[in-house]
Amino acid sequence: MYGCSTGMDPRLNLRSTLWLTGALLLLAAPHVDRLPWWIITLALMLVAWRVYLGKMRFELPRKWLLLAIVAGTVTGVYLTYRTIFGRDAGIALLMVMLALKLLEARTRRDGMLLCFLGYFLVITNFLHSQTIPTALYMLACVWLITAGMVHLQHGHSDAGYRVPLRAAGLMLAQSAPLMLVLFLFFPRVQGPLWGLPHDAFSAVSGLSESMSPGSFTNLTLSDAVAFRVEFKEQAPPPRDLYWRGPVMWDFDGYSWSAPPYQYASQLRYDAQLPAIEYSVTLEPHNDRWLLALDLPARVPPGAIPTSDFQLRSAAPVTTRVRYDMQSFLKVEFGRAESRQAMRRALRLPAGFNPRTAEFARALRKKFADDRALMNAVLAMFRDEAYFYTLSPPQLGDHPVDDFLFGTRRGFCEYYASAFAVLMRAAGIPARIVTGYLGGELNPLGNYMIVRQSDAHAWTEVWFPDAGWVRVDPTAAVSPLRVESGIAAALPRTDPLPLLVRGDYPWLRQLRLTWDSVANSWNQWVLGYNPERQRSLMTRIGIDRSTWESLAFLLVIATLTVTVILFLLMARRSRAATDPVKRAYLLFCRKLAGAGLPRAPSEGPAAYAARLAAARPDLQTAVAAITRLYIVLRYGVAPGPAARREFEERVRHFSAATR
Amino acid sequence: MYSALKNQLYHWIFQPRGPEGGTIVLVQRRVFILPTRQGIVFALTLLLMLVGSINYGLSLGFVLTFLLAGLGITAMLHTFRNLAHMRVAPGRVPAVFAGEHARFTVRLENPGATDRYEIGLTRDRNAAAFHDIPAQHQVLASVDVPAPRRGPLRPGRLTLFTRYPLGLFHAWSYLDLDVQCVVYPRPARPGAPLPPQVSSEGSGALHGQGQEDFSGLRQYHPGDSPRHIAWKAAARDQGLLTKQFSGRADAELWLDWQQLPATMDVEARLSQLTRWVIDAQASSVSYGLRLPGMTLPVATGEAHRERCLEALALFDVRVLDRDGSQAQSA
Repeated sequence: MYGCSTGMDPRLNLRSTLWLTGALLLLAAPHVDRLPWWIITLALMLVAWRVYLGKMRFELPRKWLLLAIVAGTVTGVYLTYRTIFGRDAGIALLMVMLALKLLEARTRRDGMLLCFLGYFLVITNFLHSQTIPTALYMLACVWLITAGMVHLQHGHSDAGYRVPLRAAGLMLAQSAPLMLVLFLFFPRVQGPLWGLPHDAFSAVSGLSESMSPGSFTNLTLSDAVAFRVEFKEQAPPPRDLYWRGPVMWDFDGYSWSAPPYQYASQLRYDAQLPAIEYSVTLEPHNDRWLLALDLPARVPPGAIPTSDFQLRSAAPVTTRVRYDMQSFLKVEFGRAESRQAMRRALRLPAGFNPRTAEFARALRKKFADDRALMNAVLAMFRDEAYFYTLSPPQLGDHPVDDFLFGTRRGFCEYYASAFAVLMRAAGIPARIVTGYLGGELNPLGNYMIVRQSDAHAWTEVWFPDAGWVRVDPTAAVSPLRVESGIAAALPRTDPLPLLVRGDYPWLRQLRLTWDSVANSWNQWVLGYNPERQRSLMTRIGIDRSTWESLAFLLVIATLTVTVILFLLMARRSRAATDPVKRAYLLFCRKLAGAGLPRAPSEGPAAYAARLAAARPDLQTAVAAITRLYIVLRYGVAPGPAARREFEERVRHFSAATR
Repeated sequence: MYSALKNQLYHWIFQPRGPEGGTIVLVQRRVFILPTRQGIVFALTLLLMLVGSINYGLSLGFVLTFLLAGLGITAMLHTFRNLAHMRVAPGRVPAVFAGEHARFTVRLENPGATDRYEIGLTRDRNAAAFHDIPAQHQVLASVDVPAPRRGPLRPGRLTLFTRYPLGLFHAWSYLDLDVQCVVYPRPARPGAPLPPQVSSEGSGALHGQGQEDFSGLRQYHPGDSPRHIAWKAAARDQGLLTKQFSGRADAELWLDWQQLPATMDVEARLSQLTRWVIDAQASSVSYGLRLPGMTLPVATGEAHRERCLEALALFDVRVLDRDGSQAQSA
């Protein structure tokens, strides 16, 4: 154990440098496929350069060179992203800055700054993914960085890897209760605090505000979760699970789009059955629609209804939101529709799809009744050779004509679009509703998972005596799509993500288990927001949790945990009491109980002699214990066997008179 | 008013108790802790992460920020524990000559069940000695203190500190150990020959002056009498060597304050006497030391040398005034 004399800020040694480099590389790894290639190459080159210089013990590069690299990087990032402040641009800059800081790290102080930047890099990873695997991976990285920081502190002796890793692990484990207290009680504020860059959140969605069947086959079949639903009671049957999203009115010959929204002050409907109650946990999709079972009966807080029964969030959904909903499955609505809306629901662009228009006119001549005409079209879909497929052939300049009389293959958008055009051409108001159909019930968590691959489009047709009525032409072509989901509706040859298929029961089981864990994670960790915090406070008896009461609770709880931790730790750092002495004191206490206490100045041998005179019956036992004690205390290297023997004898010793 | 308050606050916090003897136990009250500059940077980083988490609504960002905040608190406890309850005892301090560095040794004992790392001992905060102390072990740490003047030297207030394990906090404890180092006077430049020896009967200077029995050769020092230079050896190209003679058993060498010229000042005389003690010891002559107010009888040996040097080191100038006044009154 030699001490060495050095200054207070020693130089960074190679081992610490390599350690930090490794930890930072692991941290940056998930960003690799999100950043442009030149950033990755530059950062890796800088790191390699640093390692080389460190190994060869060469002088580190000069400041002006580093500044030149910084200037070049900032320019490059600006050219790539057209900004240097967005999320991705920020991460790209952070990566290069980290590599540069590593390159110029000379002292322990620099090393610690690198660790802090490393912690910051962890957070940037969460901007992209907050799943359980990400969390575990990042926890491992935090452990490594913290161990690196401990390693830095061993600046005066070589500590190896075991001691820093153990110290860091112990400290992180001890921080866990503090983290829990802070997480639960830290007063939560609803973000954002300032405007977010537009690329702040990445999200996939099967929905959009427009659709163009046939222009190109762009249906992304993702098994990503769109939202999860918990029903208060029994879930409705699959054929009723139409989740209403954007409604489209305007057709330009190729694509359907939603008109400017007409917000309504309330939802007007004519309820016929009791409402179904459930709550939706919607994944962020960067847009404003909220999904609800057709037809929504209430408006969740922070949402605005439109006149065509969509629910729109006041702000884009950038974080997971949870809202309670009510819906009516059988309800009449929209009978008193305005003339303007009727005109809109009948409008067709001139000069497109002439064969369809002709066919509609022929139908109109044949059927005077709107419903009869509609049923005739559905019967045509059902009985003639129309097929449901996710990879339909491309359509030409008159997509509806091509589809109805040519290819006859398509998925929901094709059928909905063709059906709506036919209805309009025949003088029946019609519009397209998009959303999701179906959902998978997870028996483990007793909730329903709706995936992006469940995206669907159907139509609503207006009748003077019934208002808007939902008609799903896809159901006529492929009843299985409605009853059993997309996997059952498709021919085997169609490509479909493995997880959406139901071929492997054990895989399905595993997936459902995993999803129920992920759901709890979403609800309790990721979904812990000001609202959840309030409800938790109510549950533990703080009815009106204000900012102040939370702060007070936070301070008290943090102090309590810290003090407990401190007391537990202090016990180990104080002088450890000798077990031999402890046992001897127990022996003395036993005798004191029998009226023979040891005098303060009395040595063990003198005490034993006095005891032998006073209590001849105990003489052998006392003599043996005293002899062992003297050997253990003053003897040369007594073995552990002697100590065990001594402790055993003391435990069995009894001063009671027989 | 303000400075008085500050002074009082200082006393209340640090409770300076003056030099303490024996083993000092660093009880919790004696260990102080403050965040380091890096600790403050760490806190600012956490603040930034918190704002980011709120802004982006990142739940795992909150988890990470709070975990690291907990880590900060835990690190504070660990740093504190790394120092608290340690036992410190002063070790032996070898004497030095003025102008050298005195080395104060301190025994650091870890009585606890956990290893302690990176315990620093410093006097002036510029440089420190760092030690790792395993559980139930002890190590010797030392601080070098410059000793510019003769006399007793105290190390002053030492600081025992640590930043382990994360460097976010600096825990320290002040040690005012009741030890002192004897600093001998700086020896005068070699040159002045030893004073003549006298016979034990005190019958005046002998002829030959303790130069009868040749006892060996030593390196030449400037000022050695040319008569004693071993010219034969010099002729054989062995460099300048001085012949050494042991005085007769009954010959005594007195290193006497009064023999030195009256023009020399006190410190110069002490320096010269120190030089003579060293030279006399080196040439194995029996010698005695006479200082105003004290006499060390003729003897040889290491212990005698130390006694003489110590007397020179601790020589109190006030004795001269007293003697002077006595002389005048007599």
